[in-house]
Amino acid sequence: MPESSMRLENGSQIAVIGGGPAGSFFAYFLLDLAARNGVDLGVDIYEPRDFSLPAPQGCNMCAGVISETLVQNLATEGINLPTSVVQKAIDSYVLHTDVGRQRFVAPSHEKRIGAIFRGGGPRGIREIKFIGFDAHLLSMAKNKGANIIRSRVTSVERMGERLQVKSRGMDKEGYDLLVVAAGVNTATLKLFEQENSRFVSPKTTKTAIREYRLGTESVDKHFGDSLHVFLLGIPKLDFAMIVPKGEYVSICMLGKDIDDGLLQAFLTAPEVKSCFPDDWHWDEPDCQCLPRMSTSAAAQPYADRIVFIGDSSVSRLKKDGIGAAYRSAKAAASCAILEGVASEDFRRYYVPFLRRIELDNNFGRFIFFVTHILQRVRFTRKAMLQMVAAEQLSPDVPPRMSNVLWDTFTGSAPYLDVFLRILHPAFICRFAWGLVVSAMGG
Amino acid sequence: METGVLGKIYHDAEIVVKQGEKGDCFYVIQDGLVEVIEETDRGEVQLALRGEGEFFGEMSIFEQQVRSATVRALGEARVLTIDKKNFLRRIHEDPSLAFHLIQTLSSRIRELSAEVAQIRAMKEY
Repeated sequence: MPESSMRLENGSQIAVIGGGPAGSFFAYFLLDLAARNGVDLGVDIYEPRDFSLPAPQGCNMCAGVISETLVQNLATEGINLPTSVVQKAIDSYVLHTDVGRQRFVAPSHEKRIGAIFRGGGPRGIREIKFIGFDAHLLSMAKNKGANIIRSRVTSVERMGERLQVKSRGMDKEGYDLLVVAAGVNTATLKLFEQENSRFVSPKTTKTAIREYRLGTESVDKHFGDSLHVFLLGIPKLDFAMIVPKGEYVSICMLGKDIDDGLLQAFLTAPEVKSCFPDDWHWDEPDCQCLPRMSTSAAAQPYADRIVFIGDSSVSRLKKDGIGAAYRSAKAAASCAILEGVASEDFRRYYVPFLRRIELDNNFGRFIFFVTHILQRVRFTRKAMLQMVAAEQLSPDVPPRMSNVLWDTFTGSAPYLDVFLRILHPAFICRFAWGLVVSAMGG
Repeated sequence: METGVLGKIYHDAEIVVKQGEKGDCFYVIQDGLVEVIEETDRGEVQLALRGEGEFFGEMSIFEQQVRSATVRALGEARVLTIDKKNFLRRIHEDPSLAFHLIQTLSSRIRELSAEVAQIRAMKEY
């Protein structure tokens, strides 16, 4: 294999646009890998926001769930999430339907999912007693040697072989690599969708997130250490989840054309209201946003000395966006250090990794399609719930449905794994039997 | 009470892994101390103490053998389990995930080599 014509060497300068998880992970792992290879690099992270501030100034708008896969991967890397960052450690989920509810404890019987705030907490927070996840990661990158530039990037130009970054307040040239870690919710990606660029941003869909302050005691009493997942058969609503976080709960909704009517239909559903204390007002959230979530991969997320990571390249469908950011950041950092930073290097060594996520998302689309169909019909919702209930009651019964739902809702396993488990003859037989019993009114 | 505590809490003297048992995971200590003990015919021998951020039980990931030692909490300890399946799947995609683990194993070999050298030197005298 011929050696790349563009390699990072001692003194190379790297610009990272965006200091969210993808940008911070990239800087952290790039500098770590460079040090292991005896290469001294300079890394600037351009991030105008201060993640220690409450929303919207410091928030990156997401449900704030760190999957158990990511928690394990980070711990293996030597990155252990401190209690000052994790707002709630989760060990179970509660499945809510109109025919009942069922709690399911994690297969590991261990708290391995972390509920976090991306920024300094919801609007109006009285006292910030924790560290936001994004601020924590950015400080890790800084401790590795990255330089944080608190400025918004306004343009990027090629200057001969190198790149120039213009931002509010300063211009800096001579970058050997530009890493775009600006998410789909920022305007920065537009800078790269110019006539002479082959990059096209991922397609997106709108989601809704609301936060309510209930107080720590009330959150513990009503929501415990569980994610609360709702399959209610509300038209256009694919999926909704309540995530307890310290003294707040976050409600995250995914669906088609989310609007005020859909929000109201969900928040006033008896199954949702029954989770909350009697004096809860669904129409008085402390904080809310309608962030966009990527639903497809970007076209051509690389060029000579430029690479896109995080959800500006590809993300996992509907789940574990932070986990996907970690994986793409590491893959791009490994490619840059070990193979080179030419377009051909990214095409050969980085893009196959993105394709794997894309391929897995296709299985995810099928799983969410099936889930969507099943939740529209009452007797199928009942069959799913009864199957989970039976599995939880009897330790001898393999928890097939429980594990499928756990991995689908928490993003803990690749969608291909979940898909193969759905095709298992034992799963199909038991679910088919459950459907028959449920249809007959059992 | 802290609610953001990941992993599982083991109380003083509670066993995390038992020598001779089959293992399909390893562990990372989040908080506290554990002791690694070899159970012999003549009683227990403490092999090592492990603290925050350290691994144990990793041998079962790479060898198809039972646990070589018992590990129990020394005081209250909080421990995170790392599944073998998840670890191997991820390491297949990203071999650099093993760097930290290999670094730890390497430093343990270095420590053991120093101990062996010390024991041999004592025998020669």
